[in-house]
Amino acid sequence: MILITLLLILMGGGVLAWIAGAFDKSLPKWIALFALLTGLSMMVSFWIGSGNVVDVTAGGAWMVTVQYDWVPKLGMTFHLGMDGISLIMTMLTMFLGAISVIVSWKEERNTGFYFFNILWLLAGITGVFIALDMMVFYFFWEIMLIPMYFVIAIWGYEDRKYAGWKFFLFTQISGLMMLLSIIALYLIHASKTGTFTFDYLVLIQNVPGGKAAFWLMGGFLLAFFVKLPALPFHSWLPDAYTQAPPAGSVIIAALMSKTAAYGLIRFIIPLFPEAAKAFAIPALLIGGLSILYGAKLSYAQKSLKRLIAYSSFSHMGFILVGVFSFTVLGMQGVMMQMVAHGLSIAALFIISEFVRERTGSFDLDQMGGFWKQMSNMGGFTIVFVMASLGLPGLANFVAEFLTLAGAWQFSIPMAVLATMGLIVSVNYSLRILQKVFHQTEHPEAEKRNYDLTFREWVVMGSLTVAIVWLGFFPQKVVHTAQPAFDNILISVPADQTMNQVIQLDEMQLAELNKKEVSHD
Amino acid sequence: MDISNVLWLIPFFPMVGFLILALFGIKMPKKMVATVGCGSVGISALITIIYGVPFLQSATAGSFVEQHLWTWFQIGNFAPEMTLHLDALSLTFVFVITFVGFLIHVFSVEYMAEDEGYSRFFAYMNLFVFSMLLLVLANDLLLLYLGWEGVGLCSFLLIGFYYGGKNAEENAYAARKSFLITRIGDTLMILGFFLLVKDFDTLNISKILAAAPDVWVDNPTAASWGAFLLLGGALGKSAQLPLQTWLPDAMAGPSPVSALIHAATMVTAGVYLLARTHVIFELAPSIQLLVAIIGAATLLIASFSALVQTDIKRVLAYSTISQIGYMFLAMGIGAWSAGIFHFMIHAFFKALLFLGAGAVILALHHEQDMFKMGGLRKKLPVVYWTYLFGSGALASLPLITAGFYSKDAIIWSSFAGDKANFWLWLAAIISAFLTALYTFRMVFLTFFGEQKTEITHKPGMAIKVPLVILGVLSLVAGFIELPHSFGHFQPFSKFLNTVLPESKFMSSPALSEPVMQTIAGLLAIAGVFIAWQLYVKRTVTARKETPLSNFFYSGWGFDKLYDTIFINPLVWLSKIDVGDFVDKIYVGVGKFNLLMNASFSKTQNGRLRMYLFGIGLGALIILTMILAI
Repeated sequence: MILITLLLILMGGGVLAWIAGAFDKSLPKWIALFALLTGLSMMVSFWIGSGNVVDVTAGGAWMVTVQYDWVPKLGMTFHLGMDGISLIMTMLTMFLGAISVIVSWKEERNTGFYFFNILWLLAGITGVFIALDMMVFYFFWEIMLIPMYFVIAIWGYEDRKYAGWKFFLFTQISGLMMLLSIIALYLIHASKTGTFTFDYLVLIQNVPGGKAAFWLMGGFLLAFFVKLPALPFHSWLPDAYTQAPPAGSVIIAALMSKTAAYGLIRFIIPLFPEAAKAFAIPALLIGGLSILYGAKLSYAQKSLKRLIAYSSFSHMGFILVGVFSFTVLGMQGVMMQMVAHGLSIAALFIISEFVRERTGSFDLDQMGGFWKQMSNMGGFTIVFVMASLGLPGLANFVAEFLTLAGAWQFSIPMAVLATMGLIVSVNYSLRILQKVFHQTEHPEAEKRNYDLTFREWVVMGSLTVAIVWLGFFPQKVVHTAQPAFDNILISVPADQTMNQVIQLDEMQLAELNKKEVSHD
Repeated sequence: MDISNVLWLIPFFPMVGFLILALFGIKMPKKMVATVGCGSVGISALITIIYGVPFLQSATAGSFVEQHLWTWFQIGNFAPEMTLHLDALSLTFVFVITFVGFLIHVFSVEYMAEDEGYSRFFAYMNLFVFSMLLLVLANDLLLLYLGWEGVGLCSFLLIGFYYGGKNAEENAYAARKSFLITRIGDTLMILGFFLLVKDFDTLNISKILAAAPDVWVDNPTAASWGAFLLLGGALGKSAQLPLQTWLPDAMAGPSPVSALIHAATMVTAGVYLLARTHVIFELAPSIQLLVAIIGAATLLIASFSALVQTDIKRVLAYSTISQIGYMFLAMGIGAWSAGIFHFMIHAFFKALLFLGAGAVILALHHEQDMFKMGGLRKKLPVVYWTYLFGSGALASLPLITAGFYSKDAIIWSSFAGDKANFWLWLAAIISAFLTALYTFRMVFLTFFGEQKTEITHKPGMAIKVPLVILGVLSLVAGFIELPHSFGHFQPFSKFLNTVLPESKFMSSPALSEPVMQTIAGLLAIAGVFIAWQLYVKRTVTARKETPLSNFFYSGWGFDKLYDTIFINPLVWLSKIDVGDFVDKIYVGVGKFNLLMNASFSKTQNGRLRMYLFGIGLGALIILTMILAI
């Protein structure tokens, strides 16, 4: 029930905000903030309450599920479920959603429709994280798209129209490919078993094999690679990320990209275990090259926001490296990366916005020596720049370390390639700090700059607390997600998962055997 | 209270100091900033002494104390812990870090008094000490890495401390250079961690060291790779060949920072890592030999560079690289405790020399060129005498200075140890001579001859007291470890050998120890004498510029080499593709579509003749194709 409530709060809040916007300009932001904080406290109290009751049972690692009839004739049900991974991601969505509302506190243009879009966007993202029916999943996947397009194209910067269209085309085409795959999966399953169903939990009981699996996986992968994004499907990213308004950039980079990461874990591995395994080396290569090429592009940028946008592309490479290592270490690394990168990229985009509000542009040549007037902002920037280059003590380090340690166990050359990312990330990360806050002082700095306001302090402070806390106590997240990963990794062909450190209990082993039998 | 319950307090106080200064420092009065900054490190030093002395007395083979704080994370059996581990090796380091660190903080109270960012400075310094303490107290390599990177961050921040001013670009360059180059080493090291995780499923140092001989018994390649990758990390942090180029530029920060980086923290981290993981290196003899060779090569190269520098701090920077080279040499030939002994003595005299140089620079209103100094002997007597003691220790003048005892132990081991090698010894002994020469060149240029620059600041107590304490230590600290030929008084190595393996010697070396000591001692004295002849008897006003001296001056052209083969190509690569060629392809596809659209829509012109022509042509082509098949 908590899942339905959560979606209702967001969607209902959105509608309410739109209506309220007609009466009062500043009412919608309060509604949005209230909705998101309610959602956040609901999820956190659920987490605290059930944090230690997440045992793996034969039924999987699901903490809550809910299922209603939807289109029974076609085998569609409104099936939602939450395991550790979903729980953490929904909490992150609520938290960063609230942050992005506070960031757009000064938005004046058509606030009702604006916060409606933000809330529906977040509802779509939340839905993706909890959908257990392939059609429900696709439905929410598409719901994300349209509000995002509006947010970019209406409230964005100068080139917003171009950026909006580019974003829409890339994600829409790749989304359609996924839809084809979903339908094909549905039909193949029906022809094999006679049951017409889109239910994820049923579909993974009987997965396609051979060539068909490869083609079907291709459709899913395309959607995820575009959204992540991965080389060479990243070309929409710099425009969309840069042209979106601050809240848009935060949501698209910190949350929407994570839906792709989530999809890789949730669907690619359990639905196409053998095909995924066979595709591992190319995927790792794409991941490693994304890290390096993204870093190179990031370093060359003259616009602060574009630089940060490309750095996000680079960091998403770690997701691929972790997922396709097929180890528990790598998977947990991806979990941490989803959270840590969400926090750090949000913070960096927000900082770029704060700077723009003072200097009037994202142009790095208009910056320099800002520390003198804005030492608080500089201090926070140090934290997130260090997060971006993977300094231990911050959550991103745990993520990158686990990801790469997992990759090493699968393929040493690929791990080495991706690890080079730790060196190149230093270049663009330090450039953010030095070009803005150190180096030669810009002549007009004195006139324009002022340090963080109270509202800005709250935003940066809460993000800092979160990322430091997770840097020193990541076990909370690891522990919550562990049963879910055990559940997912069972599907991976066991003979090749060398050096895995999962301990399977007897029940899991029995299930594993059952599955292998059904393959034959 | 039992020490295993209070261990956490040692890093805790500097961390609290950092937090207070970072959050509230801007609004605090300078006196309070200084009290918090020095006090936090001072308390840590006090705790170390109170609890360390009993530990020192009771230490037996393999004794250690551990305090478990919490488990960082646990995935399967892999569970890196936040656990502090104190044994003879880490106690030595903790003592040096807190004690020398404290003196440097006290010195800074006066040195930094006029500078902007007083609280920022002490905040960074406290974080620096905290990170370094974590590094040496960690029982897990991952926790060690936390300190390791923290040290890197603080050095970056402190090297670039003076931002926005007239040297802003140079300072920022030096800061990021230090971060980037040490990061290259760190990345090798973390690859080594991945290897260890795979083979041992843990990064707990004690467990790895205990299991390594068994796990790697049939797999010497893995041991070699493990040792090699860890060595990579050590080379970066300790500024050894080929990753030494960041250290001379790191002089951009305030002088106390250099003292902290060079003496108590940062650069000695590599030495600590090698000593801490000594089992791995002994399992990989070829890599251990590589350590020795790198150490020998580095100490020689850096000595030649130090010989021609004009900036007083750059002389000291190259001397650090060279002295750390001695420590690496010691590690490479299995003279573990000798290497650590030299680390401790070096910390005393190098901190002293940097602080002394700082006092001189402050007195001369930020003049760093030695050729513009001179004649300070009478004007700054305390600085002069303490500087002389420190220089004597660096030059290892026989019998009276601590540096003699520590350096001699390494040179003797390189000659008579069981892994001794004539060439290594030769490099060590030549460099010993060069060290004396460049050290006293510096002393004579700075304190003798005519005075060339006015004194604007007379050192006060906060500067003098640390100098005197360190000056005394530079003379007497050597007596805790006397050479074999001086009788058997060796409490230091006895203490360290509770952790580290004892150094082994040849049964009958070609020459006896007293003979070798005499040679080393005479060479040091000869170095001082030649420096006297060159720089006191004759007046020298500038560096002689010959191709060879320019080559040495530039640090053997390493910067240029790296610029040519790494930096420039990468910068070029990022410049030619700012807009991302992948995007151009997509945009091209879009443009192509528009073009096709435009050209085809031209055919839709409403002229019946053209349409009929088109239909006819189409029919002809189709018919031809059908008939042809």
